[in-house]
Amino acid sequence: MQKTLKKYFPIFVLPTVIAFAFAFIIPFAMGLYLSFCKFKTVTSAKWVGLSNYAQIFADDKFTNAFWFTLKFAAVAIVSINLLAFLIALALTQKIKGTNLFRTVFFMPNLIGGIILGYIWQSMINAFLVKYETTLVANATYGFWGLVVLMNWQLIGYMMIIYIAGLQNVPPDLIEAAKIDGATPWQVLLNVKIPMVMPSITICLFLTVSNSFKLFDQNLALTAGAPSNKTAMLALDIYNTFYGRVGFEGVGQAKAVLFFIVVAAIALTQLVATRNKEVEQ
Amino acid sequence: MKKSVAKGFLTVIMLVVALAFLVPIYFVVLNSFKGKLYISDDPFALPTAMTFSGLTNYINGIQKTGFFSAFGWSCFITILSVLAILLFTSMTAYYITRVKSKLTNALYYMFVFSMIVPFQMVMFTMTKLANMCKLNSPPGMVLLYLGFGAGLSVFMFCGFVKSIPIEIEEAAMIDGCNPLQTFFGVVMPILKPTAITVSILNAMWIWNDYLLPYLVIGLSTEYKTIPVVVQYLVGSYGAKDMGAMMALLVLAIIPIIIFYLACQKYIIEGVAAGAVKG
Repeated sequence: MQKTLKKYFPIFVLPTVIAFAFAFIIPFAMGLYLSFCKFKTVTSAKWVGLSNYAQIFADDKFTNAFWFTLKFAAVAIVSINLLAFLIALALTQKIKGTNLFRTVFFMPNLIGGIILGYIWQSMINAFLVKYETTLVANATYGFWGLVVLMNWQLIGYMMIIYIAGLQNVPPDLIEAAKIDGATPWQVLLNVKIPMVMPSITICLFLTVSNSFKLFDQNLALTAGAPSNKTAMLALDIYNTFYGRVGFEGVGQAKAVLFFIVVAAIALTQLVATRNKEVEQ
Repeated sequence: MKKSVAKGFLTVIMLVVALAFLVPIYFVVLNSFKGKLYISDDPFALPTAMTFSGLTNYINGIQKTGFFSAFGWSCFITILSVLAILLFTSMTAYYITRVKSKLTNALYYMFVFSMIVPFQMVMFTMTKLANMCKLNSPPGMVLLYLGFGAGLSVFMFCGFVKSIPIEIEEAAMIDGCNPLQTFFGVVMPILKPTAITVSILNAMWIWNDYLLPYLVIGLSTEYKTIPVVVQYLVGSYGAKDMGAMMALLVLAIIPIIIFYLACQKYIIEGVAAGAVKG
């Protein structure tokens, strides 16, 4: 069978690979190369070695964006997963209106980042107007605004994954624990949580990568204001590329660094939680 | 008895949380019917005879942005991209799972690798490449979305193809089917659950994507999509028309909510299934 199928390579594989080359392979390779070059357009590149990478830290914008992203990610990851897990626990207790609640909680996830950002921007501003201030007056408002926004958007998604995980816990396992005299708290800690570890792995992975790569919501909510204090990594890279002429190489170097950070975090986190999973 | 009280209590808590979740939507809808000068006065109050502005904000918002055209292009790009992704990535996944060679192995790992690379890494070079190759049109966008969507979609289809017993396909081949007939007649129907998941995950992402259409197509053409016009009206306008902004946000949410309520079962199942495989 392999032999006959092999001849069909152009039909089965080529269209995807061509599109993939345009969207990913060529831009990725070019990006890697150009991070060592000074250039304005892609065709006028001049090799400059590591100078772009050295320039990343010439001002503290990138470092600031890094710390802001890290702080945001830490708060968002914990709050989103905790709340989503609690809601998932509540919605697996067979209470009335479970389906309706699930519908409501998941809905914000379908609304795009730009639109979400503006909804929250106008609402937070409407609230702050009573105190005669605005969202962009203070970086702390922007920080918590983003945290609330991301909770609103992602809780529903993570909840769905946790519900699926909790429903897969074999009922006889819980029954057995109860017969052995386990309290509901012990059942949760010693049976349910270990059994939903795969869901926790996935949810952590998704929230980590979503938080680190966040762009649309950041752009719409504060666009980095005041004075880039609420700019996250992706937005800082975008501003370096398109905000200042002559800094394209630095932007690309930042992008490479960003890629390495995101990949490293995703991989370590995946390996670390995979080890905690139990065999069913 | 004690148990039903606890359950009632839990229902009440969930009800409160659900209402809190709906506040932002309520807020935007409410203010979209108020005159633009009244919105900041008492933002959470219902419109009164004085502040009620009827559909003025909606008419303003639609005229300033060409909303219906944006809606049309969003539909065009999303639907065609999802169809292209479904067709081509399922075929690719089938091929690279069934034909074992160094090339298919390398391709598989490249698709997986692309999933962890953030968009900013390829943002600038991809935009330049797209402009050089004249991909700055809706069909060009479909090609780019196929390329960007390929990673996750191929990965998910591969996971499923592996679980299909190869004997079914061999039987079809012996009966005289060529690989195309085998794929479309035998494999494709079995792939249906994964196909639904793949379409939903991609549709959600492409419909809401802002940066790719903004960078590749830009603001000066008539091909703007909904996220692009929202950012255009709200983000770059000198004097902000809060009324038009609220109306536009409502207009942008309506199609999503209709789609969600119509396909809710598939969307939620799709997300849960997608997570298990991812």
